[in-house]
Amino acid sequence: MNNSYDIIIIGAGVTGAAIARELSRYECRVLVIEKDEDLCSGTSKANSGIVHAGYDAKPGTLKAKMNIRGNGMMPVLAQELDIPFKQIGSLVVCTDESMRSGIEELYQRGLTNGVPNMKILGREEVIQMEPNISENVVCALFAPNAGIICPFRLNIALAECANQNGVDFVFDSKVLSVEKKGDHFEVTAPDEVYRCSAVINCAGCHSDELHNMVSDRKLHITPRRGDYMLLDRSTKGFVNHVIFPQPTRLGKGILVTPTVHGNTLVGPTAIDTDNKDEAPVTADGLTQVSAGSARNVEGVPLRQVITGFSGLRAHEDSGEFILEEVSDCPGFFDCVGIESPGLTACPAIGEYMASQVSAKLSLTLKKEWNPICHDVKKPFEMSANERNALIKEHPEYGRIICRCETVTEGEIIDAVKRPLGARSLDGVKRRTRAGMGRCQGGFCSPRVMEIISRETGIPLDEVTKNGGNSKILTGRTKDEI
Amino acid sequence: MRSDIVIVGGGPAGLAAAIAAAKENSSLDILILERDSELGGILNQCIHNGFGLHTFNEELTGPEYAARFEEQLAGLNIRYMLNTMVLDVESSKVTAINSEEGVFEVECHAIVLCMGCRERPRGALNIPGLRPAGIFTAGTAQRLVNIEGYMPGREVVILGSGDIGLIMARRMTLEGAKVKAVCELMPYSGGLKRNIVQCLDDFNIPLLLSHTVIDIKGKERVTSVVIAEVDSSLKPIPGTEQEITCDTLLLSCGLIPENELSRAADVKINPATNGPVVNESFETSVPGIFSCGNVLHVHDLVDYVSEESSRAGRSAAKFVSYNGPEYSKPAILIKAGNGVRYTVPSNVRDINVEDDLIIRFRSGNVYKNAYVDVLFDGEVKMHRKKQIITPGEMEQVIIKRRDLDEVDSDITIRIMEG
Repeated sequence: MNNSYDIIIIGAGVTGAAIARELSRYECRVLVIEKDEDLCSGTSKANSGIVHAGYDAKPGTLKAKMNIRGNGMMPVLAQELDIPFKQIGSLVVCTDESMRSGIEELYQRGLTNGVPNMKILGREEVIQMEPNISENVVCALFAPNAGIICPFRLNIALAECANQNGVDFVFDSKVLSVEKKGDHFEVTAPDEVYRCSAVINCAGCHSDELHNMVSDRKLHITPRRGDYMLLDRSTKGFVNHVIFPQPTRLGKGILVTPTVHGNTLVGPTAIDTDNKDEAPVTADGLTQVSAGSARNVEGVPLRQVITGFSGLRAHEDSGEFILEEVSDCPGFFDCVGIESPGLTACPAIGEYMASQVSAKLSLTLKKEWNPICHDVKKPFEMSANERNALIKEHPEYGRIICRCETVTEGEIIDAVKRPLGARSLDGVKRRTRAGMGRCQGGFCSPRVMEIISRETGIPLDEVTKNGGNSKILTGRTKDEI
Repeated sequence: MRSDIVIVGGGPAGLAAAIAAAKENSSLDILILERDSELGGILNQCIHNGFGLHTFNEELTGPEYAARFEEQLAGLNIRYMLNTMVLDVESSKVTAINSEEGVFEVECHAIVLCMGCRERPRGALNIPGLRPAGIFTAGTAQRLVNIEGYMPGREVVILGSGDIGLIMARRMTLEGAKVKAVCELMPYSGGLKRNIVQCLDDFNIPLLLSHTVIDIKGKERVTSVVIAEVDSSLKPIPGTEQEITCDTLLLSCGLIPENELSRAADVKINPATNGPVVNESFETSVPGIFSCGNVLHVHDLVDYVSEESSRAGRSAAKFVSYNGPEYSKPAILIKAGNGVRYTVPSNVRDINVEDDLIIRFRSGNVYKNAYVDVLFDGEVKMHRKKQIITPGEMEQVIIKRRDLDEVDSDITIRIMEG
C-alpha cells in the first residue's frame, strides 16, 4: 500500500531532517510529514545559527552529550552537505569583577562535558581579539570550537540528502491524530491516513501535543520567543567571534555575532508566550535586544538594521531534551523540548534516534548510501574562469536578480527545480538568499515571483510568501472597476 | 573592453549624463551599463504625469520623459548594455556581469555613478508585529501595478508620506482599492504639496500627521495594523491606539542612495545625504569619478536630476578631453548653516563654474515666512524671504559666476526664522 511506511517522522525541521538522513542509511520506508509548505519553517528558520561549544549544559544531561557530539560532527557534515560553516570560536564575556567566578564555573563545566581547548582570557587579550568589546570587560571564556552555520542550508541539506537516499516528504499536512492500532500506528493528516510501525515526534513547539495523543504521561511545551535584529553586511568585521554575556536561568542571553554571510546578528530575547504559531517582534523585545547587546559590546551599529525577526524555542518543563521511546506507547519516539543547543545537536540527535529506532525495527544497512549533497551552484563563490564557463553554458547564471546579495536567475531556477525545491518567496530566500539583503526584496521579489511562476506553473497571483493564504497579489488590475 | 567614459546606470541620471558627455565631445566613446532589461530606470513605472515641466515646458509621464532622452542616443557616440550589473568600481576600471560576456572589465578614463536609490524596507524601520504577506514598499507596489498588471492588495494603509506613497495612494484608489489612511510619523509631510492635494485631498484620503504603525497583525496575510499618535519625541502616545482592518501596508518612509559601489571605490560619502561629496562639476573625492541623480542626493523632481546630470556628463567629458586648469586657490567650501541639512555641491572651484552656480539644499524642519541667507566668508550676501520651506521640497539658491570672485574661503547657506 502506497501510504504505508516503516517509519513516519513528524516535522521537517532540523531535527526531523537529521533523523531522516540517518535513517536513510537503512533498508526501510520513511516518510516525513510537515504541516507547513516547506522545510525549515518553524524553530529551525529563526535562531542564532550558532554551533555551540558545549559548556552551558549541565554535565550528564542529554543536552550536554548531544551538544558535544553534534559540535564534533559538524565539520564533516558541513563538508558532505555543502553547508556554510565557520568555526570562529565564542567568547563568554564577564563585565563585572564580582561575576568572575561564573566564568570559572563555566570553564569547569566545559571541562567536565568534554569541550576541547577552552581558555580563560584576561581583559587585554579579549580587547585584542575584539576591539569593540565593552570597556568593562574583566575576562572571558574562549572556546575555539564554537562556530556559526547557515541554519537554512543545514536543515534543507539534511532533508535533500535524506530525499536522494529514498526518504519521502509530504508538505502542507498537519497531523491531526496518531493512534496505535495493534502493532502499527495510524497517522491522520487532512488528505490522507498513513500506516507505519514507528513514529518519531519532531514537531517542535507542537511536540507535546503529539506526545499527549498517545501517552498518559503528559508533557508540556512553553514557546519561548526570541527577538533578533539583523544588521547590514557593511557591518562585517564589527565582531569576529560569537560574543555571549554570562548565562542566566532563561538562557544564554543576548549575543552579538557575525553570520556566515557577513551580516551581524544581535539577539535573542527570551520571552515566554502561549502562542505556538505566531512570533511577533515587539517594541519591548527590540529595546531589550538593543540594551542587552550594549552591555557587552560598545557601539553596536543598530542603525544598520535591515530586518528584525523572532523565533520560538520549544521549551519543555523539564528543561531537558527528551529523546526516547514513550514508555506507555512502544514504537512512538519523542524528540521533545529541542531548544538551544538543538541546532548544534541535530546531527547527534539524528544518529542517537536512528540507532534506537533501527534497533527496535531490526533494520539493516543499505549496501549503498550517498552522504554527499551539493548546494545550489553559487557563481560568486567560484573562480573567474569557472564562473564564466558556467555562464557560457547556462546564461541564466549571468543574470543578476537579487542585487543586494548578487543572486542570479540560474540559482533561483535551481532552488525551485531541485528535489524538495522552493515554491514560495521565503523558500527561494532560504535556499539562495535572494531578498535577504539590505532592500529586503524590494527590487527582486516581483522577478522572483515571475521565475517561481514560470518554472512551477503556479499562476503569478497564486505565488505565496510562505504557503497557505500568504499570497503576494490579490488579482489583476482592473478586476474591480 | 575599453571605453572613454563608463556610466553606471541607465535611468534618468545616466541618460542625461551620457547625452551631455557625447555632445560635449563627439569623439569620446561612452558606455552605459544598465542592470534592468531596458533604459529609463524608475521612470518606466512612473506612469503618472508631471514630469518635464522645467525641462520641456510640458507635463509628460515618466516613460514619455525617458523616451525624450532615449531618442537622442541614436545620433550620438553612446553604446549601452542591458541586463548588465556592475559589481565593482575602481578609479579607471569597472567590473560587470551579464549573460553574454560573463564577468568582464571595462578600462576607462572617467566614470559617472548613476545608480539611483532604494526604498527603506520594513525591517530597517523596526516596526513591531508579525511578518505576513501584504507588506510592500510603495515602489514595489508601483511596479506590480503598473508594470506587471497585478494588485498587491485591496484595503490599504500607507505609512510614510513620501512622494511614491502619495502617488500610490491615488493609483491604488483608481484601481478600485480602498486606501484607508496615510500615516506620517513627522508633524509634516515628506512629499510635495502638489502630491498631497492631487493624490490625497482629491480622493478624500486622510493624512494623519504625527502617527505611526505600532503593530502588524495577520499570520499569513496582513489582517490589520494598529496605528497610534506620537508625541514630540516621536514615541507612541498610550491610549491613542487605533486598529485599522486592511490586507496591505505600503511603506513610503524614505529613500536611500545606493552607494555600495561608491564606497567600494573609496568615494567620500556625506552622512547627511548618504551620497558622495561632490564639487561644482559633480566630481567625487576620487578624481575622474562623478556622481549625479538620486545616488548623489534624493530629488523630488526628475527635471533637476537631468539638469545636474548633464552638468556631470559634461564635466566627465572635459575631464577626459582636456588637461584641466591649474587651480591657483583652494576650493570654496559650501557650508550647511542653521536649519540646512546639506548642500550639493559641497565645494566649488570657481574657475569651473559655468554661467551660474546652483546650490541645492534641504531644510531640517518646516519654516514659515523665514529667510534664506547666503553668507560669503561669514557676511550676509543674500537675504530672501520664503513663505514656506519644508524638508519635502528641495530648495536652491543661484549665485552668479562673477560674484564668486568675492569669496575667499566659504559660502554658508542658512535659514533664519522671520
